[in-house]
Amino acid sequence: MTSRNIGLVLGVFLTIAASVTGLVIIPNWQFRELQPVKKADGSQYPVPFFGEQLKGRQVYIDQGCIYCHTQQIRMKGYGADIRRNWGTRRSVPRDYIFEKPHQLGTMRTGPDLASIGSRQPSVVWHALHLYDPQITSPGSTMPRFNYLFTELKEGDPLPAGSFPSEVVKLPPQSNRPGITRMVPTERGKALIEYLKALNKTFPLPEAAQ
Amino acid sequence: MSDVLEASPQVEVVSRIEVDRSAEWVVTIYWASSLIWLTVATLAGLISSVKLHNPDFLGGIEWLTFGRIRPVHWDTAIYGFGGTAASGTLLWLQARLCQTRIPYPTLLIAGGVIYNLGILIGSVGILMGQSTGVETLEFPLYAMPLLVIPYVFIVIANFKMYFSRKSSHTYVSQWYLMAVTIWFPILILSAEACTNLGAVDGVAQAIANWWYGHNVVGLFATPTGIAAAYYLIPKVIGKPIHSYHLSLLGFWSNSIFYNWAGTHHLTGGPLPAWTITVGVVGSMMMFIPVITIGINHHMTMVGSFHLLKTSPTLRFAVMGSMIYTLSSFQGSLEALRSHQEITHFTHYTIGHVHFGMYGFFAPLMFAMMYYAMPRLTGNEWSSARLIRIHFWCTLIGMLLYTIAMCYAGIRQGLMMNDPSIPFLKIVDFTKPFLMLRTLAGLILLSGTIAFLINFWRIVQPHRLRFVTPTLLTTERDYKMLLDKEKELQGNDQ
Repeated sequence: MTSRNIGLVLGVFLTIAASVTGLVIIPNWQFRELQPVKKADGSQYPVPFFGEQLKGRQVYIDQGCIYCHTQQIRMKGYGADIRRNWGTRRSVPRDYIFEKPHQLGTMRTGPDLASIGSRQPSVVWHALHLYDPQITSPGSTMPRFNYLFTELKEGDPLPAGSFPSEVVKLPPQSNRPGITRMVPTERGKALIEYLKALNKTFPLPEAAQ
Repeated sequence: MSDVLEASPQVEVVSRIEVDRSAEWVVTIYWASSLIWLTVATLAGLISSVKLHNPDFLGGIEWLTFGRIRPVHWDTAIYGFGGTAASGTLLWLQARLCQTRIPYPTLLIAGGVIYNLGILIGSVGILMGQSTGVETLEFPLYAMPLLVIPYVFIVIANFKMYFSRKSSHTYVSQWYLMAVTIWFPILILSAEACTNLGAVDGVAQAIANWWYGHNVVGLFATPTGIAAAYYLIPKVIGKPIHSYHLSLLGFWSNSIFYNWAGTHHLTGGPLPAWTITVGVVGSMMMFIPVITIGINHHMTMVGSFHLLKTSPTLRFAVMGSMIYTLSSFQGSLEALRSHQEITHFTHYTIGHVHFGMYGFFAPLMFAMMYYAMPRLTGNEWSSARLIRIHFWCTLIGMLLYTIAMCYAGIRQGLMMNDPSIPFLKIVDFTKPFLMLRTLAGLILLSGTIAFLINFWRIVQPHRLRFVTPTLLTTERDYKMLLDKEKELQGNDQ
């Protein structure tokens, strides 16, 4: 093994060792200390997702929502995220301390969802939109997630485990012959719970700068 | 044939034929898999593309929903096509340049089979809804050992060839190939540890994710492509590379700066400014290797452009190296904050990725196959027409794709930054361009099918032996070229 060979192997190794240190180890070390903050009412922000929300997060991941939706708000004056009403402030590292895996996203074929829960708190809206986006957003290219709902014809009994309060009436423009109502499945309910829980509006002090 | 040729009393050199014999099965299996995965990836891409202008196409089927078929498209493209095409290239090039037989052929073939199985299992896992949710690392964890272990075999084989070579001299392609096998294992293991194995959360995970996402292209696909261009261009035209010193500068600057460029994928995101700045600086510094490598490739070609008429290998190799320069310039500029304000989160990025992968990396892999397959199998390419179809479909399809997506992306970004334009209006605006993309995808698929037919025929044993190499010219053109060659020689004397 000549010294030139050793130089090649070592040099190449060092180039990646440097970027691992700089872009993986140091950021992790920098953010490790971040803790939730106490709100005026004694609760915390952020809080980890739990229960139904957590199951819904898994549905969000397995349906690949990330390929069209981001969950990050850019600062005022850089893009129009805030002016489009997608958020009230820019997002900061503390917003994400419980995110595993992160769902920041890189594509906005659809709008940002960082605070969709505060923009659209209605369960019915989410149910209709997920069941068939054409109902709430005509012209949208979002896929239908009708398989997250049980479709009901006139007179069909409710599926086991569903409550009458969860049934959503379909508007006439839904264009599904015979089907008048639908009710979200377990996974459908969980996804809606997760989307409703997405809310990054709490004014963190570091986001004001 | 079993005798080893002796170039000098001290140095034993294995003849090219011997090298190719030892490589025939191994490399053919890797390249054949790569073409199958390219077809799968293209089909998955086409389905995704149609869904973005006609969401009801195969609508309401959970396995084929956009959010699942789209990651299958990218993962089969980068790991399926990219991984196997690059590994076949690495093994054959290193064996040729070290003038040695490929070591452990059985192990490498077994590795190829396991690797293919891993991609199949991983892709089906995503379609079943078991994606990890981390971009570019979507394959479920149970598929990852099947991808990593075979790569260890390739690393071992590469090191063995490199360090047991007889001559002390090395060629620039060999540096890149060595670098890939050092980088990639570290890259994938650190990235998996930080994301799917959960060592890091939140924003730091996003940085690790894009450090990987950018480097899997920059430290895996790109160096292999550059190694192929460095080998093929001088080889086909019969001239040495323009400058040794430039290749040294290009190699080390590429190695140092590419590593840092990935964070520009998170510009504007919830990260401390320094991480983005590092990414922007890294991307700007990439002008140095890109320009030096460009000079080296293009200056070597100067005076030999007429050969593009005849040689299939050269056509693809020169297309790849030219688009390497163009797409790298585009990529560096794209990293700038003012550029990202508009094009980040838009189809522009998708256009750029395809420009690089299908305009630079893929053509160089095709060039490698066009050059090496006749030498590996002892057969010739059966149809010049199919090669011509493959070339023009690749070039036209890729250009149409890139131009449509980049233009649509800029307009989309400008509209998104104007809050008075309703979002659905922007969606509407992009639809015709997304249809053009589907058309581009169909053109690319036609090219792939033409190549598949030719590849299928060349691996048939002893059926289609041709005496002369398959060139792209008619007899009349060929005569003209011979005359020109004579004329040039006349000038030299």
